This record gives sequence, C-alpha cells and structure tokens, in this order.
Amino acid sequence: MSKFEALAGNEAVATAMRQINPDVVAAYPITPQTSTVQTFANYVADGLVDTEFVTVESEHSAMSACVGASAAGARVMTATSANGLALMWEIVYIAASTRCPIVMGLVNRALSGPINIHCDHSDVMGMRDSGWIILFSENGQEAYDNLIQAVRIAEHPDVLLPVAVCQDGFITSHGMERVEIYEDADVRAFVGEYRPQWSLLDLEHPKTYGPLDFYDYYYEHKRQQVEAMQHAHRVIQEVAEAFNRTFDRDYGLFEPYRLEDAEVAVVVANSTAGTAKVVVDRLREEGLKVGLLKPRVFRPFPAEELAEALAHLKAVAVMDRSISFGAMGNAGPLFLELAAALALRGVRMPMADYVYGLGGRDILPREIESVYRDMLRVAETGQVERMVTYLSVR
Amino acid sequence: MATKLLPKELAKRPDRLSPGHRLCAGCGASIIVRQMLAAIDEPVVLSNATGCLEVATTIYPYTAWRVPWIHNAFENAASTISGVEAAYRSMVRQGKIPEQDVKFIAFGGDGGTYDIGLQALSGAVERGHQFLYVCYDNGAYMNTGIQRSSATPLGAHTTTSPAGKVIPGKQQFRKDLTAIMAAHGIPYVAQAAPSQWRDLMKKTRKAVNCGGPAFMNVLSSCNRGWRHGTDETVEITQLAVDTCYWPLYEVEEGVWRLTYKPREKLPVEEWLKRQGRFRHLFRPENRHLIDRLQEEVDRRWERLLRLCGEA
Ligand SMILES: Cc1ncc(C[n+]2csc(CCOP(=O)(O)OP(=O)(O)O)c2C)c(N)n1
Ligand SMILES: [Mg+2]
Repeated sequence: MSKFEALAGNEAVATAMRQINPDVVAAYPITPQTSTVQTFANYVADGLVDTEFVTVESEHSAMSACVGASAAGARVMTATSANGLALMWEIVYIAASTRCPIVMGLVNRALSGPINIHCDHSDVMGMRDSGWIILFSENGQEAYDNLIQAVRIAEHPDVLLPVAVCQDGFITSHGMERVEIYEDADVRAFVGEYRPQWSLLDLEHPKTYGPLDFYDYYYEHKRQQVEAMQHAHRVIQEVAEAFNRTFDRDYGLFEPYRLEDAEVAVVVANSTAGTAKVVVDRLREEGLKVGLLKPRVFRPFPAEELAEALAHLKAVAVMDRSISFGAMGNAGPLFLELAAALALRGVRMPMADYVYGLGGRDILPREIESVYRDMLRVAETGQVERMVTYLSVR
Repeated sequence: MATKLLPKELAKRPDRLSPGHRLCAGCGASIIVRQMLAAIDEPVVLSNATGCLEVATTIYPYTAWRVPWIHNAFENAASTISGVEAAYRSMVRQGKIPEQDVKFIAFGGDGGTYDIGLQALSGAVERGHQFLYVCYDNGAYMNTGIQRSSATPLGAHTTTSPAGKVIPGKQQFRKDLTAIMAAHGIPYVAQAAPSQWRDLMKKTRKAVNCGGPAFMNVLSSCNRGWRHGTDETVEITQLAVDTCYWPLYEVEEGVWRLTYKPREKLPVEEWLKRQGRFRHLFRPENRHLIDRLQEEVDRRWERLLRLCGEA
C-alpha cells in the first residue's frame, strides 16, 4: 500500500533515493539542493540504505566520482543546482559520452552572476547540448516519480545515458506538499537490479575507459550518442507506460491540460505549469478556449509530438525561465526550439515568448492571465506585436 | 608470498603496461609505471589523469593497458578513482561482487597533481579512500608542449617561462607537494625515483598495503623538455637524487625517514649542467640563480634531515 506524506520536493527526491538504494552517491551541498543530500545522509547514517556516500570536496569531484563509480558498475546518483552544475560542466559531458547511466536530481536555480539562490532555469538550459536526458517536474510528486523512472531510462541497454530530473528551487524543492509514496518493495521491483555490461571491476576482462579518440572514431562515437538519444525517446515512453500501470499515473512526453479544444495555449515547464492550470480553469469559466502544454521530456526534445499536439491552435505562447543571450530576439531556449519544431513541420501560427521569473522573481496568476489575454488577441488579429516579452521586469 | 624484488623473478611476469605504446623513447613515465606495477602482486585498477601517459597509451581503438584503466579528465584522477573504490566497497558490502585484494591506483603528471588536480587529490585522501596516488613529476606540462607547472625548478626554461632577454626562465621554486601530502596525515607518503628501482618498488608495496590513502611523488624525466639524450633518463634522475634536489624518503604514519643518503652530496650544478633547459643559467649574468637554487636545495635538505632525525 502506498501512503500519502507531507513532503518538500527535496524530501520526496531523497525518499526516492532511499527506496532506489543506489550503490554510490557522490554529492556536494548547494542551495536549494542541499536538503536532498542532507536527508539522504541521514538515511546513510541510520543504515537505511546500502549506499556508499562520497562526500566530495566539490561538484567537479562529485561528477568525477560518479563517472568512476558508474564505470565500476555501480548504480550512481547525485544532486546539485546552478553553480554546482556549472562546476561539474566538463564532467557532465564526459558522463554522457562515457555512457554512464547516472541519475541527477537537479534543483533549478539561477546561475551566477550576480549570485542568487532562487529559481530559474538558466542552470539546466546550459546542459541541453551535453548528451543528458532531461526531465521536468511540476511538483514534488513528479520529481519523485521522475526520479524513479529515470533509473530505468538511464540503465536501459539501448540508452545508457545520464538523466537529470529537474524541479524548481525553493518553489517545489522546499514547498511542502502531499506526495504519494509507494511501497519500498514496489519501487525496488520497478527499478530492478542494475546489470552493468562493461564493468571496470571485471578484473578477468580488463577494460580501458576514456581513451584518446581522434578523427578516425570520435565522430562515430558521437553518432552512437545520437542513436542512444533516439532510443531514449521510445524508452522514456515505455518506462512511463510501465510506471503508469504499476502506480496508476499518467506520464508521457508532456502533459496537455484542457488543450484538445483550446484555441490558445501556453507552454511552460516545472512549477509554473501548476499556477497556469489555475489560470486556465478561471479563463475557461469565462468561456475562453485556453489550454496548457507542460513539457516533461526536454531532452530528447519530442518535436514531432509537440508539433502535433499544438497544430490545431490559433496562437501559442511559450514561457521561458531563462534567456539565451544573443539568440534570435534574445528569447528563451524553449521558445526557440519549439518555434523551430513547429515551423519545420509546417505548423504555422503566431508565437510569442514570455521570459519570466528570473532569479526567483514571483510569477503571479494575473501575469499568466495577461499572457493568455495577449494571445487571445493575437489569435484574433493573427499579428504578434512583440515576439519576446520580459514579464514584469522593471 | 610476495614475489621477491629480484630482476630474475620480476622478469617472469607479464608487463601490465604492454609494449607498443607511443610514449617517447626514454620517457620516465613508462619506466616508473612498469616498475611500480611489477612490484604489486595483487590485481590493480587504475585511473589516469590527462597527460602524456594517458594520451600515449590509449589511442582508440588501441590500448596498452592489460589491467582495468580509466581516464576521465585532467584534474580528477583522484576523485575518479575515489568513485571506483567507493563502488567497489559498496558492492562488496552488499555481496554483489566478490571481495578481492584489489589495489586502486591513480597516475597523474605534475600538472595534473601539483596544480589543477591538487584539490581533488586533497579531498580524496582526506576522505580516506584506499588508494595510492602516484605523481610522475617531469616538472612541466609536457603533453601540451613543455609549459611551466608549480613543479618546474627555479630557472628552468619552459615555453611559458622562457629564458628571455629580461627574464631568465622560471622565477619560482618547486612547490613541495610531498610535504603537503604528508601534512594530510595519511598513512603513507613517499618520494622516489626510477633510478633507484628497488627503493621505488619497496615503497610501492608499502604504499598499497598501508591500509589507507597513500601518495608517492616519483621523479620522472622528459628528455624533450629537459633537453637531454634519450638514453640518459635514469642517470639524470639519479643526479637529482645525489644533488638532493630530489631526496628519497618516506613518511610512514607520520614518521619521516630518509631511505637514501648520498655518500657525497653533489652540487646542484651537476644535475643542471646535463640539461638544456638550464643552459642559460651558466651565463655569467645568471649565475646567481644557480646559487639561489643551491641555497634552497640546501635549506630543504637540512629541514628534511631534521624531520628524519638525521641532523
Ligand atoms: C581542464 C583542462 N585544462 C587543460 C588541459 C590541457 N592539458 C592536457 S595535458 C596537460 C598537461 C599535462 O601535464 P602533466 O600533468 O605534467 O603531465 P605530462 O604531460 O607532463 O606527463 C594540459 C595542460 C586539459 N586537458 N584539461
Ligand atoms: Mg608533467
């Protein structure tokens, strides 16, 4: 029997980590991730897990130790935020190209500078080309569920890629919510045993990991990473189906909310999607045909399915919690990629980007409502007045 | 029974680093690695920092390593092996893999150890992982074309501390990394050189059996960077030992001990004059640099003698 608990997002993630019982966790404290590893440290200290907890001296070493442990055939996890992720950067790429199925809890926080500890998505957006699978979570429940699924996705023999599970710093990482926690045994059965195929600790069959790889093979290895990403697209959905069956949930590549008969929609990830749902309901009461699309899988980017899900709309707004400086219109990365996905599939409609919430700036329902009202106007006129708006900036 | 450290016995065992790698003729690194690995009877698992040893031994799809080996990046050989060792301990504890007396060893150059990897090394030994970290110190970033590191001797010409018209080579002394590692209070720290192979092998054995983290700083030579003949590696590293630029000693559970005392301590010049990287020091206007280096070598040697209870 599962049970409902009042948990902060980080506690939910730590609980999933306890249930998964990874062989090795290497992590370093950083706000707002810290309470994940603190909670997990208690599990280690109380003997509730078999994990070897490597309390490294930096995030660079955290990811380095994760790669070493993963190559050694262990199931490995870590967690970080913003500057911690930035310090890992070099090894974030190496983890993916070494095909280490590491799972990371990424609590999204604004990347310095100026230094700021609150939520935005500038940290994860920087890792979007690194070869990691990236999942978004609206709340603690989703962070918990995604983390459990991440293990099976990462370790699938057709994938073998690391996975980052995102949730919003403070907003959900520290926000106490009702979370359904499944039986330990059910979670363990779902993730199964990890059976590494090429362990460094297989002393009888010595392996060389991380050789120098020049122009005669490097390119093919990159191509293999592409194939793994392509497989991940399928595997993520298979794992979601299995998860939905087992735990009675409804995960897919993204979550449509009142989208089917909508004329105007907002695309927004993580916690703001929760707020936006409230706005959608309110506007629906006024008889306005509005909907929402909440991306769950950001890497691999499900362009085809997104284009299909949005094709019937008259206008779409994307809400981005980061800026791709110097990119077209200084827009946000989600907008840029979605616009390309739609355009290249012949789905033509007015689109606009709304950058919001940088450095933890609150996003209020009335601001989201203003986005919908803008887009309803755009749907009528067919004209986008401003491609990129920085919501509520002074 | 451990294999006796006799050439006849040791020669019977297959090299763990096979021939056919692409290190330069006369490179100190391969001599050191082969000697050290030959001293260990137990299975080994290695990590290797980016640098000459790494690039020259594993050019995909080839590898010269007959033992498990991982390269991750430049500055993280210590944190990488700490992850491997943690994985081993975790999985043994859970009964997922059999327990064996595996020796975990990380190899890094002086750049990867004294400089960019110092933090990762310090952290890994502080955490108490059971591994041996070996720095093969050739006194510069050789792989990228002989740039100065904090291990480069005073006065040496490198491509980033060139002997110019105004500045005659490197302006600083070598960082005393071995002492820094001893200050961590780990069970075993040693300084060694390939010219004293039996000493090197004995220290290796002690290091991997000390029951905790161990560190060895082993003088290597790079004939491209040091500017000497490819057949002079062993001789020139021995001169570093006999001039006391590179004393051989160990720190076992905090007890300092000299493992070799030159019968006659040679002037540092004897070591310098054999290497092209110091040639400019022999011009009259740079003579004072040799004196400075000699003073510093003497000061460090005296201090070492005191620490070892020999003064
Ligand atoms: C983060 C990072 N910075 C710089 C480099 C470039 N680099 C590769 S090897 C090397 C020098 C290695 O020097 P050392 O550790 O002394 O080993 P050696 O080549 O002398 O054996 C440098 C600077 C790198 N690979 N990674
Ligand atoms: Mg070097």
